[in-house]
Amino acid sequence: MKNAKKFKLEPKQLIRIHDLMVKSRVLEERLIRMYKQNDGYFWIGGPGEEAFSGPLGLQVKKGKGLDFDFLHLHYRSSPIMLAMGAEPIDSLRQMKNVATDPYSGGRNFGNHYSKRDWNVVPVSSTIETQYATAIGTGIAQAKKGCKGITIVNGGDAGTAEGEFASCLIWSSRPVMPLPILMIVTNNSYGISTPAATQHGEKQIADRATAFGIKKAVIDGNNPEESWFAIKDAMDYVRTERKPFLLEAKVSRLYGHSSASGANFVADEQDCLATFEADLESAGVLTRKEMTDLREKYNAEFLEQGKQVKQEPMPSGDTIYDHVYYGQKGRYW
Amino acid sequence: MASMAQAIRMALAYGEQNLGIEHIFGEDVGPPLGGVFTVTQGLTKTWNAPLDERGIVGAALGLAYANVRCVAEIQFCDYIYNTIDLLKLAGMSCWATNGDWPVPMTIMTPVGAGIRGSIYHSHSFDATATHIPGFKIVMPSNALDAYGLMLACLKENNPTFYLKPKALLRVEGEEPIPGEPPLTPEGRKQLKAMIDAPLGDRSKWKPQWPALTDYTVEIGKGKIVREGSHVTVVTYGRHVLIARDVADKLRDEGILVEVIDMRTLWPYDWEMISASIRKTKRVIFVNEDTEVSNFGEHLLRRAVDELFYELHARPKLLAGAFVPGIGLSDNLEIASVPQFSDIEKACRDLISELA
Ligand SMILES: Cc1ncc(C[n+]2csc(CCOP(=O)(O)OP(=O)(O)O)c2C)c(N)n1
Repeated sequence: MKNAKKFKLEPKQLIRIHDLMVKSRVLEERLIRMYKQNDGYFWIGGPGEEAFSGPLGLQVKKGKGLDFDFLHLHYRSSPIMLAMGAEPIDSLRQMKNVATDPYSGGRNFGNHYSKRDWNVVPVSSTIETQYATAIGTGIAQAKKGCKGITIVNGGDAGTAEGEFASCLIWSSRPVMPLPILMIVTNNSYGISTPAATQHGEKQIADRATAFGIKKAVIDGNNPEESWFAIKDAMDYVRTERKPFLLEAKVSRLYGHSSASGANFVADEQDCLATFEADLESAGVLTRKEMTDLREKYNAEFLEQGKQVKQEPMPSGDTIYDHVYYGQKGRYW
Repeated sequence: MASMAQAIRMALAYGEQNLGIEHIFGEDVGPPLGGVFTVTQGLTKTWNAPLDERGIVGAALGLAYANVRCVAEIQFCDYIYNTIDLLKLAGMSCWATNGDWPVPMTIMTPVGAGIRGSIYHSHSFDATATHIPGFKIVMPSNALDAYGLMLACLKENNPTFYLKPKALLRVEGEEPIPGEPPLTPEGRKQLKAMIDAPLGDRSKWKPQWPALTDYTVEIGKGKIVREGSHVTVVTYGRHVLIARDVADKLRDEGILVEVIDMRTLWPYDWEMISASIRKTKRVIFVNEDTEVSNFGEHLLRRAVDELFYELHARPKLLAGAFVPGIGLSDNLEIASVPQFSDIEKACRDLISELA
């Protein structure tokens, strides 16, 4: 084909990334549907960040403890979790706030992950606090011989918060540089406020320069560009044990959250549509294969959604459980 | 005869050597200063943090997530208020994840008035701290408890607030810390020579720690400092000493005041407090934080809820005036926080009330 897209990644890898992007997209669309059908109280998530977050999740060194990567994530990170092997049904469980939700037992909103076995620290609704807690795992991993790194992500508007500056300062202290990969997924909005009205800096990543922190700005809608940029940044942080600031321009394909309607936004680039057109033109996948894949996940998650509806809600008498580690029941 | 500051320092030394404490940090915590109250002098795991309280609390929480034990200091509690959402996050992490994450971290910070610290070195933090579920909160009133409560915090798998009553940091203890030289003027000099950093160049100085041993004050256990049968005073921190002096004065007149040092603010020793109230039928809660939405109000509410028909007089709260800060001038500070005379008067008033 004349204008066929040329990829650098192997077809096998492209297919893997595509599969993950479809899986994430369909999962988020299922979560949105659950919200709209009254099977959840609120939706916020990651459609539009798949081309960046999928390749990110695939390159995480997954495990528990200092020799593995710590993740301090925001609420648009479902592709990262799926790439790491999270079960989609568990996202449905959190959406439905059933007792079987492994991330919070029905206590937190959907896409607020936590998985100690994988070093995924609790996702908090508080914008930007993750850039403060990242400092701590970064310090722990600055220890000699440590192989893991700390990865933190968040949106563009949140970078106005103090913790973002804290992370830049603490990670570049001359006495103890920290192995932290700071990521900003820039969708140009904070809820309804355009970034351009609040930020005088040309690029968020420019803030790294003052601290001598390496940086890159990339098209987060392009999975291949994302893959290599993430690889370079991770390699740097892993071997140099120094911070890196990576800014990825992404889309926000269903608006901010259910509070703004959670409807498809047609005028932003859809990374999955672009990628699929490229895959088709390069002959990596056919349109039918891609449609079938989407339908497969659709059917799977629909069934899982039905199952989740049968699962028990947490009981009101459990509210005192786990205020303290290992404690159950009313303790005072 | 260790001071409270020396006691905390020794506890931290014990923690470094025996309890796996890997980081002790905060503003001016590391060398050369070793803390504005000398609490972290001579330790090996100390370092100076950027002047960034939010970063300090975030770092402590991140270290706890990494299961690396740490103590982080906020130089004065007056400057902790910009970290509240991170503190809430620390208190919430285990609960919000349905029990997935232990959070072994200690935040220590000097609190309270009593040293003419003016507006921004006199705040209390107990009312705010007790509004943050998930933490365990301690405040010692003497050197030995300061040592034992710190060890308890360092062993915890939950976030702890270690509130240091700043007016007591230089007060010497009356009971020995296991391992410290004898409680004599000689012993005091000896200890000072062993663990206090010299003035001037300290770069080559190393402390010589006494043979410290494990002495832990269990979190959640109060202490009856004076036994009495006429009225109970429940307090903590520097007001324990004041209440004790009041009790000693009134004893001569035949008024027997029971003084309870809570030691742990949360989760607190209700068993001890309620047993004492049942005995004396009269209770005064004393602390120096501002009186509106004060922690003592909670204790008072519980006393009313559970013990109303056993009380012989109105339960009372003595607390700080609800004003934005503590004024510097003697008269202003005295008028702002409970004094000896206030506690004495409250005891007399309560006892004179008809049953
Ligand atoms: C500390 C804090 N302030 C405000 C909010 C409410 N809030 C939730 S999301 C959001 C916008 C965040 O924008 P951005 O950082 O760009 O991330 P995005 O949602 O666009 O990915 C705001 C203001 C919050 N959750 N936390």
